[in-house]
Amino acid sequence: MTPRLHTDVCSVLRNSPPASPWGLLRLRKLLEKGVPLTPRPFQTLAEQAGLSEAQVMDAVDCWQNDGLIKRMGLVVQHRTLGYRANAMVVWDIPDEQVSRLGRQFADIPFVTLCYQRPRRLPDWPYNLFCMIHGVSRDRVEGQIEELIRTHQLQQCPHAVLFSSKAYRQRGGCYVGSD
Amino acid sequence: MSAQTEAPLFTGVERAVINRLQLGLPLTPRPYADVAEELGISEEALLDTLTRLLDNGTLTRFGPMFHAGEMGGGLTLAAMRIPDHAFAAVTEQVNHFDEVAHNYRREHDLNMWFVLATETREDIDRVIADIEAATGYPVYNMPKEEEFHVNLHFPV
Repeated sequence: MTPRLHTDVCSVLRNSPPASPWGLLRLRKLLEKGVPLTPRPFQTLAEQAGLSEAQVMDAVDCWQNDGLIKRMGLVVQHRTLGYRANAMVVWDIPDEQVSRLGRQFADIPFVTLCYQRPRRLPDWPYNLFCMIHGVSRDRVEGQIEELIRTHQLQQCPHAVLFSSKAYRQRGGCYVGSD
Repeated sequence: MSAQTEAPLFTGVERAVINRLQLGLPLTPRPYADVAEELGISEEALLDTLTRLLDNGTLTRFGPMFHAGEMGGGLTLAAMRIPDHAFAAVTEQVNHFDEVAHNYRREHDLNMWFVLATETREDIDRVIADIEAATGYPVYNMPKEEEFHVNLHFPV
């Protein structure tokens, strides 16, 4: 089985000699564990994956451009950083307005995720989902009020789903709910 | 987010490192040295700080977040309506599935929310059917139709 790694897209864009798919697969496995805390982390990864430093940097650059790597940085536990409240706020927005409003929501600093999802009528009328992480429940409630006021959503059906408990969180893979 | 967190307390260097590295690591041969210079600290101080924050559990990991949906796999948000008396047992059943990546209890009639990440897109329906069969409760499947991109940043 040949690993599925977007290598076709990468090879035409880059200067370093094409890396073997297996080397890239090893690199991806290594990256899932994290970037080494060594002065030359890409060189360290290269040695472990059997690639050159340039190939590693090209591959990471390429995966970032492709969107395979969403973000190359610290993965924080927002709870340990003091962000204790997390609310999923869902809205029933007319279909023709949902994209515009979604883009506006995404620009609000306290909105940490924003998606359009299907309604599941009659049980679930909401089609726009945004996540708000805040230092406290009071603060998040205030932010939701601010959002409603700023975007004049007083008439817009919505629900606020605070999370009361996280039962499972997994690092390494961004999966878009939290 | 403009709000400063109230706790825990970080040193100035820790604060600077956490805030800066959430934005990403430059793709240069000595990225830590470059970030350290930007922050006006030594490379060694930056690496020491980072190591300490990871060791004491303040930070989870340092590395790329892979976007599961771009890797050719299946990805969806799912919800269930579970009566209180069954909640603990169903949580255990649901979390038993490797494909369940996050599972939150939320305050709503639909009170269990989790993400499913599968090897292929076709696996989503199978896993949902398996979860329904194992628990006896319906699963509401809510895959994303559009993502509105945000810059995720938690300043401390």
